[in-house]
Amino acid sequence: MNNIFVYCEFDEDHIADVSLELLTKARKLANELGCKLEAGILGHNLKGIEKHVFPYGVDVLHLADDKRLYPYTTLPHAHLIIDLFEKIKPEVALFGATSVGRDLAPRIASKLKCGLTADCTSLVFGDHKDNKSGKEYTNLLYQIRPAFGGNIIATIINPDTRPQMATVREGVMKKEFHSESYKGTVKHIDVKELLHDDLFPVRVVERHMEKRKVNIKGSPVIISGGYGVGSKENFDMLFELADILGGEVGASRAAVDAGFVDHERQVGQTGITVRPKLYIACGISGAVQHTAGMSESAKIIAINNDPKAPINQIADYSIIGNIEDIIPKMIKYYKKNTK
Amino acid sequence: MSFRIIVLAKQVPDTRNVGKDAMKADGTVNRGVLPAIFNPEDLHALEQALRIKEQRSDAEIILLTMGPPRAAEIIREALYRGADKGYLITDRKFAGSDTLATSYALSLAIKKLKPFHLVIAGRQAIDGDTAQVGPQVADKLDLPQITYTEEITKATTKEITIRRRLERGVETVSCQLPALITVHSSAASCRPRNAKLLMKFKHARTVSELQEESKDYTEMLTSKPYLQIDEWSVADIDANTEFLGLSGSPTKVKKIENVVFAAKESVVLSSDDKDIEALMKDLIDSHVIG
Repeated sequence: MNNIFVYCEFDEDHIADVSLELLTKARKLANELGCKLEAGILGHNLKGIEKHVFPYGVDVLHLADDKRLYPYTTLPHAHLIIDLFEKIKPEVALFGATSVGRDLAPRIASKLKCGLTADCTSLVFGDHKDNKSGKEYTNLLYQIRPAFGGNIIATIINPDTRPQMATVREGVMKKEFHSESYKGTVKHIDVKELLHDDLFPVRVVERHMEKRKVNIKGSPVIISGGYGVGSKENFDMLFELADILGGEVGASRAAVDAGFVDHERQVGQTGITVRPKLYIACGISGAVQHTAGMSESAKIIAINNDPKAPINQIADYSIIGNIEDIIPKMIKYYKKNTK
Repeated sequence: MSFRIIVLAKQVPDTRNVGKDAMKADGTVNRGVLPAIFNPEDLHALEQALRIKEQRSDAEIILLTMGPPRAAEIIREALYRGADKGYLITDRKFAGSDTLATSYALSLAIKKLKPFHLVIAGRQAIDGDTAQVGPQVADKLDLPQITYTEEITKATTKEITIRRRLERGVETVSCQLPALITVHSSAASCRPRNAKLLMKFKHARTVSELQEESKDYTEMLTSKPYLQIDEWSVADIDANTEFLGLSGSPTKVKKIENVVFAAKESVVLSSDDKDIEALMKDLIDSHVIG
């Protein structure tokens, strides 16, 4: 059986969270198939990096260490991964759905002529029978994702091409050590031999990376607003409530598209997946695009003036009414009862 | 030689505001009721091309789209805004193409439009949100790619300089031409239609559209050849049908489901003071907050 591969994204001096989340998921998938977990890290100054990924259950770690590999540009990374895939022929290959993963994975899939599914929210193995040919497949990767603006859920398969490739957003999978003492082996990619000048038509002139300003993923309470909040000004109420409850403000895609708040607050399939203790959804109708990123919250309160909004079906409490009325009252009664 | 820019665009159903009537009883999408629009980020891509044209008198903008015959609508929209010419790749054999098959067809069409300096596309289309077609076209044409363009800061015949919008910052890169770039929604919005261009191009049609309207177009196309929107079929782009449509698509849709929530036992509250106070007390007592 061929193995499962995870492209681990190297970010300045560490491995991106999304990659560690993918390793956790991939370890479980590898156990189901009874195969090994392989990973690749391409970057610069990678000495000692293996000890950060082995505890996630990595059996074979492929390392490419060269100053031309960081900061990331498409062609050298694509070239090295394509070469590696031609040698190790993975069954499944997973990438973070990040600026890097979404730039790199399609390029690789195109070269290898294999299928790729973006922004999966669930990955499981399942069987398939082709109705036309009658051919039967076992243990295909079901790549499940909301589609069509999040109005339907599609299960995608790649029956005949390998690797079965998918990208997954940060936060969708949970990050967990497999075993702290787990040890795999390191294999060095022959970078000098493989990289040539033609792979560097793009030159990075300047980079300004900011540390993440808001951390909605780690927040125990999230007050999220949708298009129904109505305006940037009305979002101020959400910020006030979040402040008082010690939480953060999130948003649906519609609210971000409308310019009410920044994209970094977006919860959902094309934003961040969160699992807070309390999620308050204000003026959010509840398209799958959004609920895919918050349905595992411990407690959900929906505030909506439409009693039929789908969000109410997954809410523990549905408050029917206008947020302009309700949020100030929540603030008032929270203060009154905590004094 | 002109500075040729090919803009890739897609006509998409407007999935952003899907009303209740857009879902059929069986859980599938009723595409018919959704308005077909110019994919938003492709408009941002067109604007980047138009800005180069303002800087360079030798720039020529060609809009390329693949879709059903009605997708000629977005070619006209591009002409009204300053594009010079448009091509519609349309053929039933393209139906069911995933991103790989789509990028194969687009790359063949682009090869017919050589020599070019730049291919510009939107980052992703709102009906699929995959962001895969841009990089896959770049691969098939052996071009370098620059994704998530926010602004083109410089464009010469040899090199382009671009500011990219990443998740947590910005990056400026320069790249040799020819290249393919994709444009992010944080880039400048597209300018509105130009009244003069609207007058000039409002009768621009594909041959199938003219046949549909049963108009005698020979005279019109002889006197005003710019009004013809070219249509390319599978044969016109020399495509191998094996790599198109369902047979050329490695990804298969196994199942489509309507979204069914496992309904919780939801407590329904009103906005009365009594209800809200009880809720907040409840949350504090159970240590969810406070």
